[in-house]
Amino acid sequence: MGKYETPEAVNALVQPHQVHKDTYIDAEIFDLEMKHLFSNTWVFVGHDSQTSKKGDYITTQIGTQPVIMVRHKDDDIKVLYNRCPHKGTKIAIDRAGNTGKFFRCPYHAWSFKTDGCLLAIPLKKGYAQTKFKESEANKGMQAVGEVKNYRGFVFARLADEGISFEDYFGDSLSSLDNMVDRSPEGRLEVAGPPLRYMHQCNWKMLVDNQTDTCHPMVAHESSAGTAVKIFEEANWPEDKPKPMAMEIIAPFMSPYEFFEEMGIRTWPNGHGHTGVHHSIHSDYSTIPGYTEAMEETYGEERAAEILGENRHNTVYFPNIMIKGPIQQLRNFIPMGPDKTLVESYIYRLVGAPDILTQRTAMYNRLINAPTSMVGHDDLEMYERAQEGLHSQASDWINIERLHEDGEDFEVEAVENGTTERQMRNQMNAWAKFMTLAMGAKEAAE
Amino acid sequence: MSITRDDIIDFIYAEARMLDEGRYTEWLDLWLEDGFYWMPLDYKQKDPHNMTSLLYEDDFMRRLRVERLNGERTFSQKPKSRCHHVIQRPFVDEFDAEAGVFKTNTSMHYIETRLDDQFLLALTATHELKLVDGKIRIANKRVDLLNSDAAFGNIQLLP
Ligand SMILES: [Fe+2]
Repeated sequence: MGKYETPEAVNALVQPHQVHKDTYIDAEIFDLEMKHLFSNTWVFVGHDSQTSKKGDYITTQIGTQPVIMVRHKDDDIKVLYNRCPHKGTKIAIDRAGNTGKFFRCPYHAWSFKTDGCLLAIPLKKGYAQTKFKESEANKGMQAVGEVKNYRGFVFARLADEGISFEDYFGDSLSSLDNMVDRSPEGRLEVAGPPLRYMHQCNWKMLVDNQTDTCHPMVAHESSAGTAVKIFEEANWPEDKPKPMAMEIIAPFMSPYEFFEEMGIRTWPNGHGHTGVHHSIHSDYSTIPGYTEAMEETYGEERAAEILGENRHNTVYFPNIMIKGPIQQLRNFIPMGPDKTLVESYIYRLVGAPDILTQRTAMYNRLINAPTSMVGHDDLEMYERAQEGLHSQASDWINIERLHEDGEDFEVEAVENGTTERQMRNQMNAWAKFMTLAMGAKEAAE
Repeated sequence: MSITRDDIIDFIYAEARMLDEGRYTEWLDLWLEDGFYWMPLDYKQKDPHNMTSLLYEDDFMRRLRVERLNGERTFSQKPKSRCHHVIQRPFVDEFDAEAGVFKTNTSMHYIETRLDDQFLLALTATHELKLVDGKIRIANKRVDLLNSDAAFGNIQLLP
C-alpha cells in the first residue's frame, strides 16, 4: 500500500484554503484517482448521436480505462470495457465505427453480442473437458457498473454500486437541460469530430480553469485585447456587420467587475458554473428565424426563459465542462499525472438555423483548437504551472479567493463571480470520492 | 509580360520563405481580402462551416494572428517559436493565364520549434491564386495536415 492509500492521508492534502501540490503531480495520487475517483463518480462517455444506429460504437476512456460505447438496441446504449476476455486484446481501436450485430475479436475470433455476452468461440470443443463455464473469460466483455443516457448525454459509473446518477448531479442538470432545451425539438446532434488537444499538465488544471474568472483579461490580452484594438483601428462601417469573431473573442477582455457581477453557483459533489446573471455569451446577436422556432415549440414566455439563461462554463465534476449557450462540451481525459487529452465537441441544435452551428464551430476553433490563439496562452500557463509545482519552494496551491470559514459544499450557493469557491468545491468532492471506498474497505475489515 | 508556370511555382516558394523568416506583414499583403486560410480538422473535410476546423480564417483573423505574434504580452510566444518549411516542387493543377486563375498543390514538411521542443508535420497545401493588377495573390489556401485528426500540442505559427 502506498503512502496515500488511506482516507487520512488523502484528506490531509485538501485544506479549506489550499491543496497540496501532490494532488497535481504525484503518480500515486493519479493512480488512486483512477482507481477511486473515476470509479465512484459519474463520468461522461459520449453523446448518443455518435452511435445513432444499432451496432454503432465509439471508443473512449473513463479515466484511463478504455471503453466502448455501443448502440445495443434502438433505445439501449451499453458501455463495455474495451478488452477481450480471452487475452486482453482491445476489441476496437478506431474512434468510431459500426460492428453490425456483434463484436469479433481480431485475434482469435471470439465474438460477443453488443451487450458484451459471449456469443461464440471457434473450435469450442477445446474447452469441453474444462471448467471454462466457470471462468472469467466465459462472462464475455465486461460492462461498466451503470450507464445513464440523460437527454442524449451518456454517463457511466465504473463501480457496480454507488451514488445514483440523480443524487450525484442533482440540480446541476439544469445546465444540461438548458443546452438541450435550446433546440426547438429538444434534441442535439454531434457536429463532426472533436478537436483533440494534448496538454502536458494535470487534468484538474483544466477543470480549475473553467471557473477561473480572474485569468481571461490577463492571459488572453494578447488575443482578445489585440482583437479589440484591431477592430477599433479598422474604423468599421456602422452598417457592416461586426465580424462574428469579435463577438466571440472580445468579451474575454471584459474587466474584473464584469466577472465579479456574473456570479458563480456551486452545487454539491463538485459541480458548479460561472455566469449566473450574465456571461461572455450574453450579447451574441440574435439569429433570424431561431427565436420564432423556439416560440413555436415552447411558447413566448418559456422560450424567453430558455434563451435568457446564459451560463458561461458549467463544470460537471470530475472532468467535463459544457457551454449551454453555444452547445459545446469539453472532455478533459486524464492520461497521466502530467498529461491530459482535451476533446472539444460541438453539437447542432436540431430544428435551429445552421448559422448557430457555424458560430459554435467558430467558437471551438478560435478558443479551443491546438491552433487557437486563446488556447495557446492557456496551455502555456498550465504547462508552466505543472513544471513550477515541482519546485520545493512550497507544497501548497492557494485557492483562497473570497474564502469564508465554515463553507458548506453540501448546499447550493451563488457568490461573487471571482470566488474560487468552485475550485474548493471540486477539491471537497475530490476528497470525498477518493476516500469513499477506502473508508468502506476499512470499516469492513 | 505574360505569366508562366515558373512564376506560379516561385510564388509558392517565396510564400513559404516569408513564413519561415517571419515576414508576416508582407505575407498578409499576398492575400486577397475575401480569401480564407483553411486547415481542416477531419481528413478530406468538405465543410468548413458546420463542423470544427483547426483554422478557417478571414482577413480579420489573419491580421489578429500576425499582430498577436508581435505583441508584448503574448506569453506563449515568450520566447518565440521558429518554423521551417521544406517544400516539394508544386504541381500547377490549373493554369488559366487569360482569366488569371491558378491552382497549385504542394507537399511540404513543416517543422516548428520552441525552447527544447520541436515537431514535424507533413502537409499538402492547395493554393487558389489570382492575378490582380499584374500581381499574383492568394484567393484561398487550404492546408491539409496528414494527421489532422491527431492530438496536437500547441501549433503556434503557420504551417
Ligand atoms: Fe483561458
